[in-house]
Amino acid sequence: MAIRRILIANRGEIAARIIRTCRKLGIGTVLATSEADRDSVPARLADRAICIGPARPGESYLKVETIVHAALGTKSDAIHPGYGFLSERAPLARLCESEGVIFIGPTAAQIEAVGDKLRARAEAEAADVPVVPGGAVASQEEALALARKIGAPLLVKAVGGGGGRGMKLVQQIEDLPAAMQLASAEAGAAFGDARVYLERFVASGRHVEVQVLGDGAGHVIHLGERDCSVQRRYQKLIEETPAPDLTDELRSALHAAAVRFAQRLSYRGAGTVEFLVDRARDAFYFLEMNARIQVEHPVTEAVTGVDLIAEQIAVAEGMGLRLAQSDIRSRGHAIECRVNAEDPDHDFRPSPGKVLEASWPTGEGIRVDTHIASGSRIPPFYDSLMAKIIAHADDRPAALERLSRAIAGTRITGVVTNLSFHTRILSEPRFRAGGVDTGYLAELARHG
Amino acid sequence: MSLTAADVAEIMRLLEQSSFDELTLEMEGIKLSLRRGVAAERSENAPAVAAITPVAPKAKDDAKAPAPADPNLQDVVAPLLGTFYRSPKPGAPPFVEVGAVVEEDTVVAIIEVMKLMNTVRAGVRGKVAEILPTDGALVEHGETLLRVRK
Repeated sequence: MAIRRILIANRGEIAARIIRTCRKLGIGTVLATSEADRDSVPARLADRAICIGPARPGESYLKVETIVHAALGTKSDAIHPGYGFLSERAPLARLCESEGVIFIGPTAAQIEAVGDKLRARAEAEAADVPVVPGGAVASQEEALALARKIGAPLLVKAVGGGGGRGMKLVQQIEDLPAAMQLASAEAGAAFGDARVYLERFVASGRHVEVQVLGDGAGHVIHLGERDCSVQRRYQKLIEETPAPDLTDELRSALHAAAVRFAQRLSYRGAGTVEFLVDRARDAFYFLEMNARIQVEHPVTEAVTGVDLIAEQIAVAEGMGLRLAQSDIRSRGHAIECRVNAEDPDHDFRPSPGKVLEASWPTGEGIRVDTHIASGSRIPPFYDSLMAKIIAHADDRPAALERLSRAIAGTRITGVVTNLSFHTRILSEPRFRAGGVDTGYLAELARHG
Repeated sequence: MSLTAADVAEIMRLLEQSSFDELTLEMEGIKLSLRRGVAAERSENAPAVAAITPVAPKAKDDAKAPAPADPNLQDVVAPLLGTFYRSPKPGAPPFVEVGAVVEEDTVVAIIEVMKLMNTVRAGVRGKVAEILPTDGALVEHGETLLRVRK
Protein backbone atom coordinates (compact mmCIF):
# COMPACT_ATOMS: atom_id res chain seq x y z
CA MET A 1 0.00 0.00 0.00
CA ALA A 2 1.35 3.38 -1.02
CA ILE A 3 1.97 5.67 1.91
CA ARG A 4 0.63 9.18 1.28
CA ARG A 5 1.06 10.75 4.70
CA ILE A 6 3.38 9.93 7.58
CA LEU A 7 3.03 10.98 11.19
CA ILE A 8 6.48 11.51 12.65
CA ALA A 9 6.53 10.56 16.32
CA ASN A 10 9.82 12.22 17.16
CA ARG A 11 11.63 15.52 17.37
CA GLY A 12 15.04 17.07 16.76
CA GLU A 13 17.35 16.38 13.89
CA ILE A 14 15.84 12.98 13.04
CA ALA A 15 12.40 14.56 12.58
CA ALA A 16 13.92 17.04 10.13
CA ARG A 17 15.79 14.19 8.43
CA ILE A 18 12.62 12.12 7.92
CA ILE A 19 10.71 15.16 6.59
CA ARG A 20 13.46 15.72 4.01
CA THR A 21 13.03 12.26 2.49
CA CYS A 22 9.22 12.47 2.64
CA ARG A 23 9.34 15.71 0.66
CA LYS A 24 11.57 14.10 -1.93
CA LEU A 25 9.12 11.22 -2.24
CA GLY A 26 6.04 13.47 -2.31
CA ILE A 27 4.73 12.06 0.97
CA GLY A 28 2.85 14.42 3.31
CA THR A 29 4.12 14.89 6.86
CA VAL A 30 2.47 15.47 10.21
CA LEU A 31 4.82 16.14 13.09
CA ALA A 32 3.69 15.24 16.59
CA THR A 33 5.28 17.82 18.88
CA SER A 34 5.34 18.58 22.56
CA GLU A 35 4.59 22.07 23.84
CA ALA A 36 8.33 22.76 24.05
CA ASP A 37 8.83 21.94 20.37
CA ARG A 38 5.91 23.82 18.83
CA ASP A 39 8.19 26.45 17.32
CA SER A 40 11.04 24.10 16.42
CA VAL A 41 12.60 23.92 12.96
CA PRO A 42 11.05 20.50 12.24
CA ALA A 43 7.62 21.86 13.24
CA ARG A 44 8.05 24.54 10.60
CA LEU A 45 9.32 22.08 7.99
CA ALA A 46 6.44 19.60 8.38
CA ASP A 47 3.25 20.08 6.37
CA ARG A 48 1.42 20.11 9.69
CA ALA A 49 2.48 20.06 13.32
CA ILE A 50 0.14 19.00 16.08
CA CYS A 51 0.75 19.38 19.76
CA ILE A 52 0.40 16.06 21.58
CA GLY A 53 1.17 17.12 25.13
CA PRO A 54 3.42 18.92 27.61
CA ALA A 55 7.20 19.12 27.32
CA ARG A 56 8.00 16.09 29.46
CA PRO A 57 8.43 13.04 27.20
CA GLY A 58 6.28 10.87 29.48
CA GLU A 59 3.34 13.18 28.82
CA SER A 60 3.90 13.56 25.08
CA TYR A 61 6.47 11.65 22.98
CA LEU A 62 6.08 8.46 25.01
CA LYS A 63 2.28 8.29 24.92
CA VAL A 64 1.45 5.35 22.67
CA GLU A 65 -2.33 5.88 22.50
CA THR A 66 -2.00 9.61 21.85
CA ILE A 67 0.46 9.03 18.99
CA VAL A 68 -1.75 6.45 17.30
CA HIS A 69 -4.84 8.61 17.81
CA ALA A 70 -3.00 11.55 16.27
CA ALA A 71 -2.11 9.40 13.24
CA LEU A 72 -5.69 8.25 12.80
CA GLY A 73 -7.10 11.73 13.39
CA THR A 74 -4.81 13.30 10.80
CA LYS A 75 -5.46 10.50 8.28
CA SER A 76 -1.83 9.47 8.27
CA ASP A 77 -1.23 6.03 6.75
CA ALA A 78 1.96 5.39 8.69
CA ILE A 79 4.00 6.32 11.75
CA HIS A 80 7.75 6.83 11.62
CA PRO A 81 9.13 6.56 15.16
CA GLY A 82 12.69 7.80 14.46
CA TYR A 83 15.12 6.62 17.15
CA GLY A 84 14.74 6.71 20.93
CA PHE A 85 11.29 7.50 22.41
CA LEU A 86 8.82 4.86 21.15
CA SER A 87 10.96 3.46 18.34
CA GLU A 88 11.72 0.20 20.12
CA ARG A 89 8.60 -0.13 22.24
CA ALA A 90 6.58 -3.12 21.15
CA PRO A 91 3.25 -1.64 22.38
CA LEU A 92 3.36 1.10 19.71
CA ALA A 93 4.11 -1.39 16.93
CA ARG A 94 1.37 -3.66 18.26
CA LEU A 95 -1.27 -0.90 18.51
CA CYS A 96 -0.39 0.17 14.95
CA GLU A 97 -0.84 -3.43 13.82
CA SER A 98 -4.30 -3.64 15.42
CA GLU A 99 -5.44 -0.20 14.23
CA GLY A 100 -4.31 -0.62 10.63
CA VAL A 101 -1.64 2.07 10.79
CA ILE A 102 1.65 1.13 9.12
CA PHE A 103 4.52 1.13 11.61
CA ILE A 104 7.72 2.03 9.78
CA GLY A 105 9.93 -0.48 11.52
CA PRO A 106 10.02 -4.13 12.52
CA THR A 107 7.10 -6.14 13.88
CA ALA A 108 6.22 -5.97 17.58
CA ALA A 109 7.45 -9.56 17.94
CA GLN A 110 10.84 -8.65 16.43
CA ILE A 111 11.18 -5.66 18.77
CA GLU A 112 10.50 -7.94 21.71
CA ALA A 113 12.95 -10.57 20.47
CA VAL A 114 15.86 -8.14 20.37
CA GLY A 115 14.78 -6.03 23.37
CA ASP A 116 15.31 -8.90 25.78
CA LYS A 117 19.08 -9.25 26.00
CA LEU A 118 19.03 -12.92 26.96
CA ARG A 119 16.63 -13.83 24.21
CA ALA A 120 18.74 -11.89 21.69
CA ARG A 121 21.79 -13.81 22.90
CA ALA A 122 19.97 -17.09 22.41
CA GLU A 123 18.89 -16.04 18.89
CA ALA A 124 22.49 -15.11 18.09
CA GLU A 125 23.74 -18.50 19.25
CA ALA A 126 21.05 -20.21 17.20
CA ALA A 127 22.12 -18.20 14.15
CA ASP A 128 25.72 -19.29 14.69
CA VAL A 129 26.74 -15.76 15.62
CA PRO A 130 29.42 -15.64 18.31
CA VAL A 131 28.42 -14.17 21.66
CA VAL A 132 30.62 -13.05 24.53
CA PRO A 133 31.27 -16.09 26.76
CA GLY A 134 28.71 -15.97 29.56
CA GLY A 135 25.05 -16.57 30.15
CA ALA A 136 22.02 -16.35 32.38
CA VAL A 137 22.31 -17.21 36.03
CA ALA A 138 19.44 -18.02 38.35
CA SER A 139 21.35 -18.34 41.63
CA GLN A 140 24.63 -17.31 43.23
CA GLU A 141 25.95 -20.88 43.05
CA GLU A 142 25.24 -21.01 39.34
CA ALA A 143 26.84 -17.59 38.92
CA LEU A 144 30.01 -18.60 40.73
CA ALA A 145 30.33 -21.81 38.72
CA LEU A 146 29.89 -19.91 35.44
CA ALA A 147 32.24 -17.14 36.55
CA ARG A 148 35.00 -19.68 37.23
CA LYS A 149 34.50 -21.07 33.73
CA ILE A 150 34.61 -17.63 32.01
CA GLY A 151 37.32 -16.20 34.23
CA ALA A 152 37.63 -12.68 35.68
CA PRO A 153 37.26 -9.86 34.96
CA LEU A 154 33.61 -10.13 34.03
CA LEU A 155 30.48 -8.04 33.70
CA VAL A 156 27.15 -8.44 35.44
CA LYS A 157 24.47 -7.10 33.08
CA ALA A 158 20.74 -6.49 33.37
CA VAL A 159 18.56 -8.52 31.02
CA GLY A 160 16.32 -5.52 30.39
CA GLY A 161 19.14 -2.97 30.43
CA GLY A 162 20.98 -1.01 27.80
CA GLY A 163 23.26 1.94 27.31
CA GLY A 164 25.49 0.78 30.13
CA ARG A 165 22.82 1.02 32.78
CA GLY A 166 22.51 -1.80 35.29
CA MET A 167 26.02 -3.02 34.50
CA LYS A 168 28.73 -3.96 37.04
CA LEU A 169 32.37 -4.80 36.47
CA VAL A 170 33.74 -7.58 38.66
CA GLN A 171 37.55 -7.77 38.90
CA GLN A 172 37.75 -10.73 41.25
CA ILE A 173 35.37 -13.66 41.45
CA GLU A 174 34.93 -13.28 45.23
CA ASP A 175 33.33 -9.86 44.58
CA LEU A 176 30.67 -11.44 42.35
CA PRO A 177 27.87 -12.11 44.90
CA ALA A 178 27.82 -8.48 46.09
CA ALA A 179 27.95 -7.12 42.55
CA MET A 180 25.12 -9.40 41.48
CA GLN A 181 22.91 -8.26 44.32
CA LEU A 182 23.55 -4.62 43.51
CA ALA A 183 23.02 -5.07 39.75
CA SER A 184 19.84 -7.02 40.31
CA ALA A 185 18.41 -4.40 42.69
CA GLU A 186 19.31 -1.58 40.30
CA ALA A 187 17.89 -3.40 37.30
CA GLY A 188 14.66 -4.13 39.16
CA ALA A 189 14.25 -0.47 40.01
CA ALA A 190 15.25 0.90 36.60
CA PHE A 191 13.72 -1.61 34.17
CA GLY A 192 11.19 -3.53 36.28
CA ASP A 193 13.17 -6.68 35.54
CA ALA A 194 15.70 -7.86 38.14
CA ARG A 195 17.19 -10.64 35.99
CA VAL A 196 20.92 -10.42 35.35
CA TYR A 197 23.47 -12.37 33.32
CA LEU A 198 27.24 -12.69 33.21
CA GLU A 199 29.64 -11.91 30.40
CA ARG A 200 33.38 -11.94 29.95
CA PHE A 201 34.75 -8.40 30.19
CA VAL A 202 36.65 -7.58 27.03
CA ALA A 203 39.34 -5.15 28.15
CA SER A 204 40.16 -3.77 24.73
CA GLY A 205 37.20 -3.86 22.43
CA ARG A 206 36.02 -1.91 19.45
CA HIS A 207 32.37 -1.16 18.81
CA VAL A 208 31.65 -2.14 15.22
CA GLU A 209 28.09 -2.41 13.95
CA VAL A 210 26.56 -3.58 10.69
CA GLN A 211 23.65 -1.89 8.93
CA VAL A 212 21.08 -4.32 7.60
CA LEU A 213 17.84 -4.09 5.65
CA GLY A 214 15.30 -6.89 5.68
CA ASP A 215 12.06 -7.45 3.75
CA GLY A 216 10.32 -9.22 6.62
CA ALA A 217 10.25 -12.50 4.73
CA GLY A 218 13.77 -13.70 5.36
CA HIS A 219 15.62 -11.75 2.70
CA VAL A 220 18.33 -9.54 4.24
CA ILE A 221 21.14 -7.42 2.82
CA HIS A 222 23.87 -5.47 4.63
CA LEU A 223 25.19 -1.99 3.89
CA GLY A 224 28.59 -2.36 5.46
CA GLU A 225 29.80 -1.59 8.95
CA ARG A 226 30.32 1.48 11.12
CA ASP A 227 32.99 1.92 13.77
CA CYS A 228 31.53 3.71 16.81
CA SER A 229 34.33 3.15 19.30
CA VAL A 230 34.73 6.82 20.21
CA GLN A 231 32.28 6.80 23.10
CA ARG A 232 31.90 8.58 26.36
CA ARG A 233 29.98 6.63 28.99
CA TYR A 234 28.46 4.47 26.25
CA GLN A 235 27.34 7.55 24.32
CA LYS A 236 28.76 7.55 20.80
CA LEU A 237 30.48 10.74 19.76
CA ILE A 238 32.22 9.98 16.45
CA GLU A 239 31.28 7.29 13.94
CA GLU A 240 32.86 6.27 10.68
CA THR A 241 32.68 3.81 7.84
CA PRO A 242 34.45 1.69 6.79
CA ALA A 243 35.89 0.67 10.17
CA PRO A 244 39.63 1.37 10.01
CA ASP A 245 42.26 -1.28 10.55
CA LEU A 246 40.17 -4.45 10.19
CA THR A 247 41.29 -7.45 8.17
CA ASP A 248 39.14 -8.26 5.15
CA GLU A 249 38.32 -11.64 6.71
CA LEU A 250 37.05 -10.09 9.94
CA ARG A 251 35.06 -7.46 8.04
CA SER A 252 33.37 -10.06 5.85
CA ALA A 253 32.70 -12.27 8.86
CA LEU A 254 30.99 -9.37 10.66
CA HIS A 255 28.77 -8.64 7.66
CA ALA A 256 27.82 -12.29 7.26
CA ALA A 257 27.06 -12.71 10.98
CA ALA A 258 24.77 -9.63 10.97
CA VAL A 259 22.88 -10.94 7.95
CA ARG A 260 22.50 -14.40 9.55
CA PHE A 261 21.13 -12.86 12.74
CA ALA A 262 18.58 -10.69 10.92
CA GLN A 263 17.61 -13.59 8.65
CA ARG A 264 16.88 -15.76 11.64
CA LEU A 265 14.33 -13.17 12.83
CA SER A 266 12.99 -12.56 9.28
CA TYR A 267 13.74 -9.00 10.20
CA ARG A 268 11.69 -6.24 8.57
CA GLY A 269 13.10 -2.81 7.77
CA ALA A 270 16.34 -1.10 8.76
CA GLY A 271 18.27 -2.42 11.73
CA THR A 272 21.74 -2.51 13.16
CA VAL A 273 23.58 -5.47 14.62
CA GLU A 274 26.23 -4.35 17.10
CA PHE A 275 29.41 -6.27 17.75
CA LEU A 276 32.32 -6.02 20.12
CA VAL A 277 35.58 -6.66 18.30
CA ASP A 278 38.07 -8.20 20.72
CA ARG A 279 41.40 -6.79 19.64
CA ALA A 280 43.53 -9.16 21.69
CA ARG A 281 41.90 -12.27 20.25
CA ASP A 282 41.05 -10.86 16.80
CA ALA A 283 37.54 -12.18 17.45
CA PHE A 284 34.10 -10.58 17.57
CA TYR A 285 31.00 -11.06 19.66
CA PHE A 286 27.35 -10.12 19.21
CA LEU A 287 26.30 -7.28 21.52
CA GLU A 288 22.73 -6.41 20.55
CA MET A 289 20.48 -5.46 17.71
CA ASN A 290 18.94 -2.00 17.40
CA ALA A 291 15.56 -2.35 15.76
CA ARG A 292 15.35 1.17 14.31
CA ILE A 293 17.18 3.77 12.29
CA GLN A 294 20.42 4.77 14.03
CA VAL A 295 21.67 8.26 14.81
CA GLU A 296 24.81 7.51 12.80
CA HIS A 297 23.05 6.20 9.65
CA PRO A 298 24.29 9.13 7.48
CA VAL A 299 27.85 7.78 7.22
CA THR A 300 26.45 4.64 5.59
CA GLU A 301 24.31 6.77 3.29
CA ALA A 302 27.35 8.84 2.35
CA VAL A 303 29.44 5.91 1.13
CA THR A 304 26.65 3.78 -0.39
CA GLY A 305 24.44 6.54 -1.82
CA VAL A 306 21.39 4.74 -0.38
CA ASP A 307 18.69 6.80 1.38
CA LEU A 308 17.95 4.53 4.33
CA ILE A 309 14.77 6.38 5.32
CA ALA A 310 13.44 5.91 1.77
CA GLU A 311 14.25 2.19 1.97
CA GLN A 312 12.50 1.95 5.35
CA ILE A 313 9.41 3.50 3.77
CA ALA A 314 9.58 1.19 0.75
CA VAL A 315 9.75 -1.90 2.97
CA ALA A 316 6.87 -0.54 5.08
CA GLU A 317 4.82 -0.10 1.90
CA GLY A 318 5.33 -3.79 1.20
CA MET A 319 7.64 -3.26 -1.74
CA GLY A 320 10.23 -5.57 -0.25
CA LEU A 321 13.89 -4.88 -0.84
CA ARG A 322 14.52 -2.76 -3.90
CA LEU A 323 18.24 -3.40 -3.67
CA ALA A 324 20.18 -6.62 -4.07
CA GLN A 325 23.42 -7.18 -2.17
CA SER A 326 25.33 -6.67 -5.43
CA ASP A 327 23.76 -3.18 -5.78
CA ILE A 328 25.47 -2.05 -2.59
CA ARG A 329 28.84 -0.54 -3.39
CA SER A 330 30.76 1.47 -0.90
CA ARG A 331 32.80 4.41 -2.14
CA GLY A 332 35.33 6.31 -0.06
CA HIS A 333 35.24 7.04 3.67
CA ALA A 334 32.74 8.95 5.81
CA ILE A 335 33.05 10.27 9.37
CA GLU A 336 30.40 11.86 11.57
CA CYS A 337 30.72 14.09 14.62
CA ARG A 338 27.79 14.57 16.97
CA VAL A 339 27.54 18.19 17.99
CA ASN A 340 25.99 18.31 21.45
CA ALA A 341 24.98 21.23 23.63
CA GLU A 342 27.24 20.18 26.48
CA ASP A 343 30.27 21.63 28.13
CA PRO A 344 33.47 19.59 27.70
CA ASP A 345 35.20 21.72 30.32
CA HIS A 346 32.60 20.91 32.98
CA ASP A 347 32.20 17.15 32.76
CA PHE A 348 30.02 17.46 29.65
CA ARG A 349 27.11 18.89 31.56
CA PRO A 350 24.17 19.77 29.31
CA SER A 351 23.92 23.37 28.21
CA PRO A 352 20.31 23.94 27.17
CA GLY A 353 19.08 27.39 26.24
CA LYS A 354 18.65 29.67 23.33
CA VAL A 355 21.01 29.47 20.36
CA LEU A 356 21.82 33.02 19.35
CA GLU A 357 23.72 32.21 16.23
CA ALA A 358 24.04 28.92 14.39
CA SER A 359 26.15 28.87 11.29
CA TRP A 360 26.66 25.35 9.92
CA PRO A 361 29.36 24.37 7.44
CA THR A 362 28.76 23.69 3.76
CA GLY A 363 30.98 22.46 0.99
CA GLU A 364 31.86 19.45 -1.09
CA GLY A 365 31.42 16.19 0.78
CA ILE A 366 29.88 17.89 3.82
CA ARG A 367 26.42 17.05 5.13
CA VAL A 368 24.81 18.53 8.21
CA ASP A 369 21.71 17.00 9.78
CA THR A 370 20.33 19.49 12.27
CA HIS A 371 17.24 21.01 13.84
CA ILE A 372 19.01 24.10 15.10
CA ALA A 373 19.02 27.51 13.44
CA SER A 374 19.79 30.94 14.85
CA GLY A 375 17.19 31.63 17.54
CA SER A 376 16.34 27.94 18.15
CA ARG A 377 15.81 26.74 21.66
CA ILE A 378 17.34 23.64 23.16
CA PRO A 379 14.80 22.57 25.78
CA PRO A 380 16.19 20.89 28.89
CA PHE A 381 13.77 17.94 28.61
CA TYR A 382 15.47 16.06 25.80
CA ASP A 383 18.92 14.93 24.63
CA SER A 384 21.49 17.57 23.80
CA LEU A 385 22.13 16.55 20.18
CA MET A 386 22.18 19.69 18.06
CA ALA A 387 23.54 18.38 14.79
CA LYS A 388 25.57 15.75 13.05
CA ILE A 389 28.33 16.91 10.77
CA ILE A 390 29.28 14.28 8.22
CA ALA A 391 32.30 14.44 5.92
CA HIS A 392 32.74 12.13 2.94
CA ALA A 393 35.86 11.87 0.79
CA ASP A 394 37.86 9.36 -1.25
CA ASP A 395 39.84 8.11 1.74
CA ARG A 396 40.08 8.48 5.52
CA PRO A 397 42.78 11.19 5.66
CA ALA A 398 40.82 13.31 3.18
CA ALA A 399 37.58 12.79 5.11
CA LEU A 400 39.33 13.77 8.36
CA GLU A 401 40.68 16.89 6.71
CA ARG A 402 37.24 17.86 5.41
CA LEU A 403 35.61 17.22 8.78
CA SER A 404 38.24 19.26 10.66
CA ARG A 405 37.71 22.18 8.30
CA ALA A 406 33.94 21.89 8.58
CA ILE A 407 34.13 21.97 12.37
CA ALA A 408 36.46 24.95 12.29
CA GLY A 409 33.89 26.68 10.07
CA THR A 410 30.98 26.04 12.43
CA ARG A 411 29.86 28.90 14.62
CA ILE A 412 27.46 28.48 17.52
CA THR A 413 26.81 31.14 20.14
CA GLY A 414 24.39 31.26 23.06
CA VAL A 415 24.95 27.68 24.24
CA VAL A 416 28.14 25.77 25.01
CA THR A 417 28.94 22.97 22.58
CA ASN A 418 31.42 20.11 22.37
CA LEU A 419 32.92 21.41 19.09
CA SER A 420 36.27 22.15 20.72
CA PHE A 421 36.40 18.57 21.99
CA HIS A 422 35.83 17.26 18.47
CA THR A 423 38.64 19.46 17.18
CA ARG A 424 40.89 17.94 19.80
CA ILE A 425 40.01 14.34 18.94
CA LEU A 426 40.31 14.86 15.19
CA SER A 427 43.87 16.10 15.58
CA GLU A 428 44.90 13.50 18.16
CA PRO A 429 47.52 11.05 16.74
CA ARG A 430 45.92 7.80 17.93
CA PHE A 431 42.54 8.71 16.49
CA ARG A 432 44.19 9.85 13.27
CA ALA A 433 45.95 6.51 13.03
CA GLY A 434 42.55 4.79 13.28
CA GLY A 435 41.16 1.77 15.08
CA VAL A 436 40.93 3.08 18.67
CA ASP A 437 38.98 1.02 21.22
CA THR A 438 36.02 2.03 23.39
CA GLY A 439 38.33 3.00 26.25
CA TYR A 440 39.98 5.65 24.10
CA LEU A 441 38.02 8.73 25.22
CA ALA A 442 38.29 7.90 28.91
CA GLU A 443 42.06 7.55 28.50
CA LEU A 444 42.24 10.79 26.57
CA ALA A 445 40.41 12.54 29.42
CA ARG A 446 42.77 11.03 32.01
CA HIS A 447 46.08 11.59 30.28
CA GLY A 448 45.31 14.40 27.90
CA MET B 1 8.66 32.41 25.22
CA SER B 2 10.70 35.07 26.91
CA LEU B 3 14.29 36.04 27.44
CA THR B 4 15.70 35.26 30.83
CA ALA B 5 17.95 37.64 32.74
CA ALA B 6 20.86 35.33 31.88
CA ASP B 7 20.02 35.54 28.17
CA VAL B 8 20.03 39.32 28.35
CA ALA B 9 23.33 39.31 30.24
CA GLU B 10 24.85 37.09 27.56
CA ILE B 11 23.61 39.37 24.77
CA MET B 12 25.03 42.37 26.61
CA ARG B 13 28.36 40.62 26.90
CA LEU B 14 28.36 39.91 23.16
CA LEU B 15 27.56 43.54 22.39
CA GLU B 16 30.33 44.73 24.65
CA GLN B 17 32.83 42.52 22.82
CA SER B 18 31.62 43.62 19.42
CA SER B 19 32.40 46.75 17.48
CA PHE B 20 28.76 47.85 17.44
CA ASP B 21 27.20 50.54 19.58
CA GLU B 22 23.61 49.49 19.28
CA LEU B 23 21.71 46.23 19.01
CA THR B 24 18.03 45.67 18.38
CA LEU B 25 16.64 42.18 18.64
CA GLU B 26 13.06 41.33 17.76
CA MET B 27 11.78 37.83 18.24
CA GLU B 28 8.73 35.95 19.38
CA GLY B 29 6.86 38.89 20.79
CA ILE B 30 9.89 40.51 22.40
CA LYS B 31 11.81 43.56 21.36
CA LEU B 32 15.15 44.12 23.04
CA SER B 33 17.14 47.29 22.40
CA LEU B 34 20.67 47.64 23.73
CA ARG B 35 22.89 50.66 23.38
CA ARG B 36 26.48 50.97 24.44
CA GLY B 37 26.84 54.09 26.54
CA VAL B 38 29.17 55.85 28.94
CA ALA B 39 28.50 55.54 32.66
CA ALA B 40 27.10 59.04 32.98
CA GLU B 41 24.57 58.45 30.26
CA ARG B 42 23.64 55.11 31.71
CA SER B 43 22.74 56.61 35.07
CA GLU B 44 20.63 59.26 33.37
CA ASN B 45 17.98 58.25 30.95
CA ALA B 46 19.83 55.96 28.57
CA PRO B 47 20.20 52.67 30.39
CA ALA B 48 22.24 49.93 28.78
CA VAL B 49 19.18 47.74 28.78
CA ALA B 50 16.80 50.23 27.33
CA ALA B 51 13.68 48.17 27.52
CA ILE B 52 12.21 44.77 26.99
CA THR B 53 8.97 45.86 25.41
CA PRO B 54 6.47 43.29 24.36
CA VAL B 55 5.48 43.93 20.77
CA ALA B 56 2.12 42.84 19.47
CA PRO B 57 2.09 39.06 19.76
CA LYS B 58 2.15 37.27 16.44
CA ALA B 59 -0.72 34.89 15.97
CA LYS B 60 0.56 31.34 16.20
CA ASP B 61 0.46 29.48 12.92
CA ASP B 62 -1.19 26.48 14.46
CA ALA B 63 -3.70 28.30 16.64
CA LYS B 64 -7.18 27.93 15.30
CA ALA B 65 -8.16 31.37 16.58
CA PRO B 66 -6.33 34.29 18.12
CA ALA B 67 -6.41 34.67 21.89
CA PRO B 68 -9.38 36.73 23.03
CA ALA B 69 -8.64 40.36 23.66
CA ASP B 70 -11.61 40.69 26.03
CA PRO B 71 -10.29 40.23 29.59
CA ASN B 72 -13.67 38.89 30.67
CA LEU B 73 -13.43 35.98 28.29
CA GLN B 74 -11.57 32.91 29.44
CA ASP B 75 -10.44 30.04 27.22
CA VAL B 76 -11.16 26.45 28.12
CA VAL B 77 -8.38 24.48 26.45
CA ALA B 78 -7.98 20.82 25.57
CA PRO B 79 -6.01 19.07 28.33
CA LEU B 80 -4.87 16.45 25.82
CA LEU B 81 -4.90 15.56 22.14
CA GLY B 82 -7.92 13.57 20.98
CA THR B 83 -11.30 13.64 19.31
CA PHE B 84 -13.62 16.36 20.60
CA TYR B 85 -17.21 15.41 21.40
CA ARG B 86 -19.87 17.84 22.53
CA SER B 87 -22.27 15.21 23.83
CA PRO B 88 -21.93 12.08 25.99
CA LYS B 89 -23.03 9.79 23.14
CA PRO B 90 -24.16 10.09 19.52
CA GLY B 91 -27.63 11.62 19.31
CA ALA B 92 -27.65 12.84 22.91
CA PRO B 93 -28.01 16.56 23.62
CA PRO B 94 -24.74 18.48 23.97
CA PHE B 95 -23.23 19.04 27.41
CA VAL B 96 -23.46 22.80 26.87
CA GLU B 97 -24.64 25.26 24.25
CA VAL B 98 -23.62 28.87 23.71
CA GLY B 99 -25.34 30.90 26.40
CA ALA B 100 -25.28 28.13 29.00
CA VAL B 101 -24.14 29.01 32.50
CA VAL B 102 -21.26 26.84 33.72
CA GLU B 103 -19.57 26.25 37.07
CA GLU B 104 -15.93 25.22 37.52
CA ASP B 105 -16.83 21.55 37.63
CA THR B 106 -19.41 21.53 34.82
CA VAL B 107 -18.53 18.93 32.18
CA VAL B 108 -18.40 20.76 28.87
CA ALA B 109 -17.00 18.14 26.49
CA ILE B 110 -15.40 14.73 26.06
CA ILE B 111 -12.04 14.10 24.47
CA GLU B 112 -11.58 10.57 23.25
CA VAL B 113 -8.15 8.97 22.93
CA MET B 114 -8.19 5.46 21.47
CA LYS B 115 -11.69 4.78 22.83
CA LEU B 116 -10.85 6.17 26.24
CA MET B 117 -13.22 9.01 27.14
CA ASN B 118 -11.79 11.95 29.08
CA THR B 119 -14.20 14.53 30.45
CA VAL B 120 -13.33 18.18 30.17
CA ARG B 121 -14.57 20.53 32.86
CA ALA B 122 -15.07 24.27 32.45
CA GLY B 123 -12.65 25.20 35.24
CA VAL B 124 -14.26 28.63 35.32
CA ARG B 125 -17.59 30.11 36.23
CA GLY B 126 -19.60 32.05 33.65
CA LYS B 127 -21.59 31.93 30.47
CA VAL B 128 -20.44 30.02 27.38
CA ALA B 129 -19.71 32.61 24.70
CA GLU B 130 -18.32 30.40 21.97
CA ILE B 131 -17.67 26.74 21.15
CA LEU B 132 -14.84 26.43 18.65
CA PRO B 133 -14.16 22.90 17.32
CA THR B 134 -16.86 21.03 15.45
CA ASP B 135 -18.18 17.83 17.00
CA GLY B 136 -15.87 14.91 16.18
CA ALA B 137 -12.85 17.06 15.26
CA LEU B 138 -9.30 16.18 16.27
CA VAL B 139 -8.10 18.73 18.81
CA GLU B 140 -4.53 19.34 19.86
CA HIS B 141 -3.19 19.54 23.36
CA GLY B 142 -3.78 23.14 24.46
CA GLU B 143 -6.26 23.99 21.69
CA THR B 144 -9.07 26.36 22.67
CA LEU B 145 -12.38 24.52 22.97
CA LEU B 146 -14.71 27.09 24.51
CA ARG B 147 -14.71 30.71 25.53
CA VAL B 148 -16.53 31.55 28.74
CA ARG B 149 -17.60 35.04 29.73
CA LYS B 150 -16.85 35.50 33.42
